[in-house]
Amino acid sequence: MIDIAVVDYGMGNLRSVSKALEHVAPGKRVIVSSDPADIAAAERVVFPGQGAMPDCVRELDARGLRQAVISAAADKPFLGICIGLQLLFDHSEEGNAAGLSILPGNVKRFADADMVDAHGARLKVPHMGWNEVYQSRPHPMWNDIADGERFYYVHSYYVVPEDAGVEVGYSEYPKRFTSCIARDNIFAVQFHPEKSQHAGLKLLSNFIAWDGRP
Amino acid sequence: MSLAKRIIPCLDVTDGRVVKGVNFLELRDAGDPVEIAKRYDDQGADELTFLDITASSDNRGLILNIIEQVASQVFIPLTVGGGVREVEDVRRLLNAGADKVSINTSAVTNPQLVADAAGRFGSQCIVVAIDAKQVGDHWEVFTHGGRKATGLDAVEWAKKMVELGAGELLVTSMDRDGTKIGFNLPLNRAISDAVSVPIIASGGVGNLLHLVEGVQEGGADAVLAASIFHYGEFTVRQAKEYMRDHGIEVRL
Repeated sequence: MIDIAVVDYGMGNLRSVSKALEHVAPGKRVIVSSDPADIAAAERVVFPGQGAMPDCVRELDARGLRQAVISAAADKPFLGICIGLQLLFDHSEEGNAAGLSILPGNVKRFADADMVDAHGARLKVPHMGWNEVYQSRPHPMWNDIADGERFYYVHSYYVVPEDAGVEVGYSEYPKRFTSCIARDNIFAVQFHPEKSQHAGLKLLSNFIAWDGRP
Repeated sequence: MSLAKRIIPCLDVTDGRVVKGVNFLELRDAGDPVEIAKRYDDQGADELTFLDITASSDNRGLILNIIEQVASQVFIPLTVGGGVREVEDVRRLLNAGADKVSINTSAVTNPQLVADAAGRFGSQCIVVAIDAKQVGDHWEVFTHGGRKATGLDAVEWAKKMVELGAGELLVTSMDRDGTKIGFNLPLNRAISDAVSVPIIASGGVGNLLHLVEGVQEGGADAVLAASIFHYGEFTVRQAKEYMRDHGIEVRL
């Protein structure tokens, strides 16, 4: 029995994700795997990702994991992290890459022209560090997490869902952008819960407890 | 409210211990790295940086063991630097639990390493550390812990590193490191204005006002300090409260 499978397609530091999951779920079996059979057998699936989206798509396909991810996203508690959020959409400006089209929408880069704060100071890209995450609507994954809690981000691209209703969380940099989405059994975040100290660990433990219903 | 400025305690590690010296001399023992990392995490550090300053290659493996232990107990971003010479070194550190790897001397001797590492693992995990010293009317890049001049202009070098794929720059003033007289603010400001990626200011913090100046005058996105935290002068939380009271957004 595999309790949690972390999808390994060669992109990013999966040690951090699995260590954080093991920390919040002692006694659960957490595996990091690139075997589609493991993803299919797992009770819940974490889909992380770092680096450039075109590379992520290529590596995912090179390992034959595309269908396993799409199937998992269809029917079991599914948590996307960072590029694992972006990949759920149709298309990214980064390298003009096609995503998995599990959700309609696109992935855009922070526009240079917008990168000025309220005091006129330039904002850096990547958006790196701890920003406040506001909850657009209630969700079991937000249990015991304060509205406006800070999480750790590092990214230059953000998702623009076609259906605004999938947004469950947002941040501002300096404009408001969707940073968390949910639909049915899917929950996905742009920030890194595995690196967001208490709040991040709480989100991961909510995922362990989540039955996959909105 | 928006993105918080980060406070990053820095742990210089040699032979499995945290140490701190003045201009890399007179090393003084500050304790066990895992214990210190946990303490700073409890105090609200936004990230931790470990610099492996072990001179001999015999004890290089120790840092991997330390990072593994820290990464299974501390869930904030960890940057590790020191002695990173090839892509394989980057991979080893990331696998041990580092989130970012800092490249310093090897970025100068082999700039392609920065491009290769960023291409392989993503810019988000590649930090280029720039040690700069005032020479005449500009700042020059130094390597080998500040002992070797390179002839490179620090601001031009910063731009080149970002073009090659650095996702963040750690800017240390060698003139200030360990002196407790404050950051070299013009140096930080010049580099911060020249590049689009975040800058970590380092070298010279002696009091909490220095941290405020690093952000407000130096244009730093994050501030790094060692000795003010190691010897219990200030906690990370006190530093953050002080910054907040001076109008800087922090995570508290």
